[in-house]
Amino acid sequence: MSATAAASPSRSPILRVEGLKTHFFTKAGVVRAVDDVSFEVAKGEVLGLVGESGSGKSMTGYSIMGLIDPPGRIVAGRIELAGRDLSRLSAEEMRRLRGNRVAMIFQDPMMTLNPVLRIDRQMIETILAHEKVGEQAARERSRAALARVGIPSPDERLNAYPHQFSGGMRQRVAIAIALLNDPDLIIADEPTTALDVTIQGQILYEMQKLTRETGAAMIWITHDLSVVAGLADRVCVMYAGRIVEQGTTWDVLTTPRHPYTQGLLDSVPSRSVRGARLKQIPGMTPSLLELGPGCPFRERCAFATAACEVLPPMRQHGSGTHAACCHHPLVHEPAVPA
Amino acid sequence: MSPTVAPTRAGEAARGAGGAPEVLLTLAAVSKKFVKSLDVAARLGNLLGAQVREEIVHAVDRVDLAIPAGEVVGLVGESGCGKSTLGRLAVGLLALTEGERFWRGHPLSGLPAADARRQQLKMQMIFQDPYASLNPRMRVVDIVGEAPVAHGLISPRQQVEYVGLQLNRVGLDPTLMRRFPHQFSGGQRARIGIARALAVKPEFLVCDESVAALDVSIQAQVLNLFMDLRSALNLTYLFISHDLGVVEHISDRVVIMYLGRVVESGPTPELFAAPNHPYTQALLHEVGKVEPKKRTFVPVKGEIPSPLDPPPGCHFHPRCPHAMAKCREDAPPLVTIAPGRQAACWLNAAT
Repeated sequence: MSATAAASPSRSPILRVEGLKTHFFTKAGVVRAVDDVSFEVAKGEVLGLVGESGSGKSMTGYSIMGLIDPPGRIVAGRIELAGRDLSRLSAEEMRRLRGNRVAMIFQDPMMTLNPVLRIDRQMIETILAHEKVGEQAARERSRAALARVGIPSPDERLNAYPHQFSGGMRQRVAIAIALLNDPDLIIADEPTTALDVTIQGQILYEMQKLTRETGAAMIWITHDLSVVAGLADRVCVMYAGRIVEQGTTWDVLTTPRHPYTQGLLDSVPSRSVRGARLKQIPGMTPSLLELGPGCPFRERCAFATAACEVLPPMRQHGSGTHAACCHHPLVHEPAVPA
Repeated sequence: MSPTVAPTRAGEAARGAGGAPEVLLTLAAVSKKFVKSLDVAARLGNLLGAQVREEIVHAVDRVDLAIPAGEVVGLVGESGCGKSTLGRLAVGLLALTEGERFWRGHPLSGLPAADARRQQLKMQMIFQDPYASLNPRMRVVDIVGEAPVAHGLISPRQQVEYVGLQLNRVGLDPTLMRRFPHQFSGGQRARIGIARALAVKPEFLVCDESVAALDVSIQAQVLNLFMDLRSALNLTYLFISHDLGVVEHISDRVVIMYLGRVVESGPTPELFAAPNHPYTQALLHEVGKVEPKKRTFVPVKGEIPSPLDPPPGCHFHPRCPHAMAKCREDAPPLVTIAPGRQAACWLNAAT
């Protein structure tokens, strides 16, 4: 696991999120979509943010980007990008940062690309919004960015409209736009979920290559553990707005400490014997409106006791980076690295 | 090539030691073409010599498929490969352009209307989107109970009790039957869709991406339900999915489609252990395994071609690393390469 060792947070983190709370003040009550989330991402590191729908993984990404709209609001916490606290920036300062130092790739590229503008206009705008360069130089950089994400004949494709691209190619364009200003941090929100398997493989290949080449840090938000397993250096597992476990991909996937992580892993069909019953997590994700104090997973947890009525703290296990938020962490036989 | 398929061990086991299981549904050389006919302007243009052609999509191109009783056949392919169309052809939601369907060996075309109606009940479909496939204005008691009443399986007075039994069977609380679909979560809605299909006592279910929209932990619950129901009710499934992990888990046989044609089929363990067709090999290579190993993603080259204008010869040749001159000219036939296994690739003819 030399790759993970090299990317351990002993290197100075480019992003540090501390005690982030993003709440939505709705008529029905306060939805604590992100509730006391803390993590770090180092330069050149890929952090996988894993969770099911409603776990707050996308809202964590949006909070970092400053894209939370009313009735939502960041109510507490620090988001430090290269030493600057983003939550204290004005709207204008945040605008200058967004798309420049930190960029986001969304699930559906058709929603992020403007359908009535040609690709060249959309790319050149992204550069000119942040830098004083000539139109021609910006065009040249756009062309290079398209070539870098593996789009064939980039010169002609610059003049095309988004609808003239296939789904996979559109996602490449979105990635190229995210890379235009060499951001320090890329947040990718389920960018391959809408794509076919072979196309997903192509995009993962490009992303892996690009983070290696550019040294940008990346947060990869997904529900798909298999994508994280192959791509991420470290993993944070989210449940009901909280990080319940974090550590290196190896530690979390081979020796999960939190019963929810174990349950998620057991639910993946390819890990169990063909035709055998899958081990399932009983019940369903609790409504964030009715979440009381205590561990949010206790209703579905086989190990829950009276102690779980009190929210467990994040506790370290084994090597210093592996931590889980559980009163009854699972104990494993020492794993043998393959 | 014969549409009958050798039994798998699982199928034999399901029927005890009684030899080959009966083939429940057979699709023989079925095709489906979607034609976009010319509009007035195009026809006018043609009168003036513009030569505008009708656009024809061969969504399904002469596919043979045999589904043995009691087995789960997995149908895998990427978007636009025709797998959903084939599923709809199988249950009879779409009319065949060519070919014939057989139920236990008897042709399904030309049945008298009353027989066709009764026959249709034996085949049901479970759809992908548990939001779009349930009428938002109907209560669950009517969504699940309407069809059995309409077909005379139960009297209207028995409906509430009957629906209660159906809901119980799929793990839903019968006291919720007066609710509307929007009052349920995604997983519960998937269960309502299953209860609706099972309410008319079918023998054969087509599941079109029925777990694709669900979260992993809920997906596991629904997959377990499928397997429980299969053994409890002796059901046969055609399980359509793009998720190879799910298909590997639940299916006895796998059929791989690419651009309207079957490229490979075989018993699940053998096919996954040694895929024959280059496309199957590429697909299996992409299957994400939850093993924390830094892997280098090696992508298949190229895009999925438009089904409007598929490449000549073997549809996969522009993306195939082994493409030969012959692949560009002639489409390879689906031939038996091992007992129970078929593949359509010229590489098999070369050796």
